[in-house]
Amino acid sequence: MTLITCRDAAFGYEGSTAVSGLNFEVRSGDYLCVVGENGSGKSTLIKGLLRLKSPLAGSVSVGGGFGAGKIGYLPQQTAAQKDFPASAYEVVLSGCLSARGILPFYSRKDKDTARKNIERLGIEPLCNRCYRELSGGQQQRVLLARALCSAKMALLLDEPVAGLDPLVTRELYRLIKEINRETGLTIIMVSHDIHSAVKYASHILHLKTKQVFFGSTAEYLNSDVGRAFIGGHYQAEGDRDD
Amino acid sequence: MISTLLEMFSYAFLVRAVVVGVLVSLCASLLGVSLVLKRYSMIGDGLSHVGFGTLAVATAMNAAPLTISIPVVVLAAFLLLRISENSKIKGDAAIALISTSSLAIGVVVISLTTGMNTDVCNYMFGSILAMSKDDVTLSVILAGVVLAAFVLFYNKIFAVTFDENFAKATGVKTGIYNMMIAFLTAITIVLGMRMMGAMLISSLIIFPALTSMRLCKKFKTVTLCSAIVSVVCFSIVVVLSYIEATPTGASVVLVNIAAFLLFWLVSFAKGRIRK
Repeated sequence: MTLITCRDAAFGYEGSTAVSGLNFEVRSGDYLCVVGENGSGKSTLIKGLLRLKSPLAGSVSVGGGFGAGKIGYLPQQTAAQKDFPASAYEVVLSGCLSARGILPFYSRKDKDTARKNIERLGIEPLCNRCYRELSGGQQQRVLLARALCSAKMALLLDEPVAGLDPLVTRELYRLIKEINRETGLTIIMVSHDIHSAVKYASHILHLKTKQVFFGSTAEYLNSDVGRAFIGGHYQAEGDRDD
Repeated sequence: MISTLLEMFSYAFLVRAVVVGVLVSLCASLLGVSLVLKRYSMIGDGLSHVGFGTLAVATAMNAAPLTISIPVVVLAAFLLLRISENSKIKGDAAIALISTSSLAIGVVVISLTTGMNTDVCNYMFGSILAMSKDDVTLSVILAGVVLAAFVLFYNKIFAVTFDENFAKATGVKTGIYNMMIAFLTAITIVLGMRMMGAMLISSLIIFPALTSMRLCKKFKTVTLCSAIVSVVCFSIVVVLSYIEATPTGASVVLVNIAAFLLFWLVSFAKGRIRK
């Protein structure tokens, strides 16, 4: 089942185009990684897929009921959030809000959903802790649990490992892959960590203010653009080690 | 002590002032939690300046202050919200621009008409004598609306305050809740302005939230605590300003500062003990 189809779509801010020439499809159960350098339009694309922005050109059609009530979203954190006085449980539970509609309070079912996702991510001990006192990795886990509460169909993640140490990063990637495999949830992730992208994702979308590659990970590894990007990064990391 | 209280409540104007003051403090502190956490504190300040301008114009036109202030300040609230949403830095400057402009308009209008008299001083720094019967009715209605909104939309207000993009992406109509908060803030400010003073009313919005954030670690407790802190501070001030004849608005700010320092000290001491 095809969830998202982009045809010559373009997205941008206040009239200026950030990314254009988008032609790709996302099917149910896919693990799509959107890669590219800073400023290549990755986050803008995610905002477009979430319908926080409408396309400047082309079309984005959705299928299978993909829409606001079915998506989980892990945004990049803002400074205001980092010192927000809320317990981890309150944050996770707020992910159930999309299913509430007009009703004012959470139902028992919502609370069960929150509990279930808290257990899945192993953050029970953090439930009553204050969000601002958690470490970066713990905060990301809490936000991921919140995203899972609203994710019935797809999970969109914007740089989920930004600012995390290597160990926590690997753990988070493993967790996301596990969720993708076990629940069949479609994953769309923005990342500039190309090595993890090709390790875990089933499809790659490479952006450089316009689309330069879309296809399966195996195709990407054999393409010129893929080889150049990965090679370049190996080079850069090699330099750093010296 | 009890005889002083009984004596106080034998004056009808004081009873009115206490009713309006307590209800306005309650509403301001609840709305303040969301405004402070969303980094919108300056909106409260901007609105009170706009309120001052409208009071001056209303006096010049011999109109009832509330009939002019409420619509203009509500409009200004929507405008400021829009500006702040679009861009954080530009928004900051725009708020300063709007508040100084309305202050200037107010001052010029006053000096062209009545001249700088005690009325003007009361608008700026508040007077406990300013509350009429209409104000009491309006503040009871307002407090009812704010409390009902907070209870019914508590979870949505939390989601919109904590992470607007997530809320919007998952289908919450964030625009409506932002406008609701802006609207209620505008009315709260107009109501409280004449008692607290246009220059001081924003303290009612900002202080209780900041104070309770020193100690509370959950959104729910922050909200409850700031409501309690705000009402307690105001009650202390009413008695104090009756006995010592201090100006209400300024005293509220001072008592709130004391509460803030107290909470800060306790949180500091708690941190020390834990180490």
